[in-house]
Amino acid sequence: MVLNPLVILLVSLVFPGVVAQTKAKIVGRKGAPVLQPFFDNIRLFQKGNVYSHTTSWIFQTAPLIYFSTIFMAVLFVPLGKQAALLSFEGDFVVFAYLLAFGKFMMIAAAMDTGSGFEGMGANREALYSLLVEPAFFIVIASMALLTNHTSFYDLFNNLHLESELSYLIALLSVYIFLWIAMVENSRLPVDDPKTHLELTMVHEVMVLDYSGFDLALIQLANGIKFAIFGALIFNFVLPMQDYFAAQLVIFFIVQLFFAVSVGALESFRARNKMAKNPQWILSLSALAILGFLSVLIVTEKIILFN
Amino acid sequence: MSIILISLLFVSVSLFLLPKRIQYPATLLLVVSIIILSGQAALQAFNSTNPVQIPFFRLSDNEIFLVIDQISAFFILVSNLTMLTGILYAKGYLKPYLPGKSKTAMGLHYFSFVWLHLSMLLVCMLRDGLSFLIVWEIMSLASFFLVIFESEKPSTIKYGIQYLIQMHIGFAFLLVAFLISGISTGEPIGFESLQKYFSTRAVFPLFLLFFAGFGIKAGFIPLHTWLPHAHPAAPSHVSGIMSGVMIKMGIYGIIRVVTFIHTDLLAIGIFLLIISFISGVIGVILAIVQHDIKKLLAYHSIENIGIIGLGIGAGVIGMATENFTLAALALAGGFLHILNHSLFKSLLFYTAGNIYQQTHTRNIEKLGGLIKKMPKTALFFLLGSVAISGLPPFNGFISEFLIYLGMFKDLHTGDLLLSLLLLGGIVGLVIIGGLAIYCFTKVFSVVFLGNPRSLQSEKAKEPERSMFIPKYLIGFFIVLIGLLPVLVLKPLSGVVSVFTPDVSALIDVAPSLQGITISLSIFILVTGALWMVRKWRTKTIETGPTWGCGYTGANPAVHQYTATSYADYIGNLAKYITGTRKHYKTIEKDEIFPAPRKFETHSSDVFEDYLISKPSGKLLKFLDRIAVFQTGNIQHYLLYAIVFMLLILVLTLLNLV
Repeated sequence: MVLNPLVILLVSLVFPGVVAQTKAKIVGRKGAPVLQPFFDNIRLFQKGNVYSHTTSWIFQTAPLIYFSTIFMAVLFVPLGKQAALLSFEGDFVVFAYLLAFGKFMMIAAAMDTGSGFEGMGANREALYSLLVEPAFFIVIASMALLTNHTSFYDLFNNLHLESELSYLIALLSVYIFLWIAMVENSRLPVDDPKTHLELTMVHEVMVLDYSGFDLALIQLANGIKFAIFGALIFNFVLPMQDYFAAQLVIFFIVQLFFAVSVGALESFRARNKMAKNPQWILSLSALAILGFLSVLIVTEKIILFN
Repeated sequence: MSIILISLLFVSVSLFLLPKRIQYPATLLLVVSIIILSGQAALQAFNSTNPVQIPFFRLSDNEIFLVIDQISAFFILVSNLTMLTGILYAKGYLKPYLPGKSKTAMGLHYFSFVWLHLSMLLVCMLRDGLSFLIVWEIMSLASFFLVIFESEKPSTIKYGIQYLIQMHIGFAFLLVAFLISGISTGEPIGFESLQKYFSTRAVFPLFLLFFAGFGIKAGFIPLHTWLPHAHPAAPSHVSGIMSGVMIKMGIYGIIRVVTFIHTDLLAIGIFLLIISFISGVIGVILAIVQHDIKKLLAYHSIENIGIIGLGIGAGVIGMATENFTLAALALAGGFLHILNHSLFKSLLFYTAGNIYQQTHTRNIEKLGGLIKKMPKTALFFLLGSVAISGLPPFNGFISEFLIYLGMFKDLHTGDLLLSLLLLGGIVGLVIIGGLAIYCFTKVFSVVFLGNPRSLQSEKAKEPERSMFIPKYLIGFFIVLIGLLPVLVLKPLSGVVSVFTPDVSALIDVAPSLQGITISLSIFILVTGALWMVRKWRTKTIETGPTWGCGYTGANPAVHQYTATSYADYIGNLAKYITGTRKHYKTIEKDEIFPAPRKFETHSSDVFEDYLISKPSGKLLKFLDRIAVFQTGNIQHYLLYAIVFMLLILVLTLLNLV
């Protein structure tokens, strides 16, 4: 139980490094060491803060709240047979809404700088997160429909018991979660963190004015967010396995695989046109509804053949 | 009981005669005494299983009773709380108006205030049809007089009258509905006759009539068109009360009717769910494109009515399909949201009142940077914004959580139809939640953050201290329900037990609510700890200009993101609902030095256009054409009279009349 957050936080420290390393290898560069982002953050923690004249206390509290919402989200994630530290019926609603509260504050903070660019980024972040949210809830709803449970732990642990078709549904859910993770973390194809132009950024432009401790917190939080989604994906694909050590090994393998696929996706995909992003994100919800319909078939609420 | 009422009548009339100085304290005293009297009765009803009956007055042979069951008690307590904060806020808000208003005008305002309070309480207590309709009418009239307080503005009168007309359309629906049920069952008209009517006759048509009547008050789309005009026209304490509790009387009416229905509940539940989904989503979309802060909040009331309706609709579906977990949790969530909305919406209207009083504008494009001038107002507005977006750790989250949990829990047990309906409900809540965040990040940021966009907002300062007393009170409840939701379970299960005998789901949900309390406490502790660590670690804090991407000549007021551009995405995605139109001249290719040009956007409410403006416009045109007969010439009128008499003569001869 106490181990869950620890391993997730551990993974989060190297996750951005692995993604960067993969991208470097694919384009034939040597790439920075895997722990480089971590060292960067350590350095940032030692620096002083610079605030804009325009900003208020909103700007200063937002990163703290953002980080602690994501830290809280970690406490809700179960790992296989290991229940999460906080586990109760409906915990996924608290999980999703806490993350949304963090986003609310970050959007407000970006608007607090009075910069047109940051406002634009904040606006896009608000739009994309509102569009991606239904997909998450529909996937959870399909799982609740399949298992008749309403907490992360029970949902995942009863997922594989129903029928072999449920593996198909798990696979679809993993696919959707992978893309949700990309949208939530503002990565390709909705946002390119490596772009050079403020006009085309989403998340990066929102944090332009942060420095020192605050910036380090935000970057750490982004790493944790990836690790959380990696852990959720791990829960989907976990075969029935009672040995804790084996679970742990599988966990790290899944996270590594997830990080490498993020790197690979980012290397081979171009960013969508900004105007096309809403349709693209909504297509995730459409996929999730397909998943829900197939669960209706599995649970014999829709009967196809008599 | 009638003695109390008559003495209240005399005392409230005396408000007209008192000197201006004493009018406010007298009103406060009156409101507080009404609160104590009714609150006592409500608490008594909460603690007893049977409804409390108090003889009210005799009408010929008919003894009319005040009946307070748990539903009434709940609504009485919610109304009392908001009326209290409203009258407390009114003191500071009305102060700038005092020199310009006569003693009678102020007296009328206070008199209407007291009678709005009384009539709302009586609406919750009366079961007899005639007296119910009378107090319902008093409620509409009293609120009308409150809305037209600033009657020197022509627009106020216009929207006030629009409100009055729409209320009377609603009244007509209710009257017809009561008459049908009374006449066809042969019982005295009133709620009690519904019991017999609904058990023997088709349920849905009569329910629809009641829904039309009560729905206009509640503001369900497409019956909402008075709301976005009346709320901005009214003074802020009145907007807070109307949006916080008065529109809930419509919800009360619908709920009261539903308690008498025992057959065909499924159709009613589905109807409520669908219309609430539409109200919620379209309400918030229309809110996003508004620039008038109070109009925006008014559209948000429609959205929240949608959330309440989703809870109640899902609860009714649960009752119909005997999924009592869904029924209990969704109804509890819906009821809690009634309380929650009355808290944060009145808070938001009161803070909007602060802004209006200080800057004299409701246009958010003219505001900005107010957090530095009005820090307390900003804090309360942020509290209201986060709470209304349904985010933890505040109260809005708890009610949405209960509705979510009810829907998720019975996804598996129900049949195909139920599963699909519940998925629709869940998706509705998610979309509404996301759009609410979009909307409130917009309004909070544009009004309070960044740089001031006009002189007014640069010169604003915090209003007088008394205007914050009600805000602390509301804020306390918002945080209390958000952090300790277990407290509300017991009262809620009392209310829900009127509908469904099985409220065990509300006992089972306690661990989840405790889990929320624990999670949120850890969350607050972690945030606090981070704050301490940052204070301790960060040695130097510098300030500098915002990064302008290399350009230093920016005008801080102009080069910010505006509310229009923030809303642009939604305006485009939903342009058939918002009717967003843009007027501008494109820059031609050969225009090397473009001339100065203008850019304008407009948005409208598609329902108002097609249901109110266009039909009434056509009617007026038609009536204009008929006006050819009105020549003003006495000879013509005599001619009409003769033609009429001849017509009668001919018809009589032919035995037609």
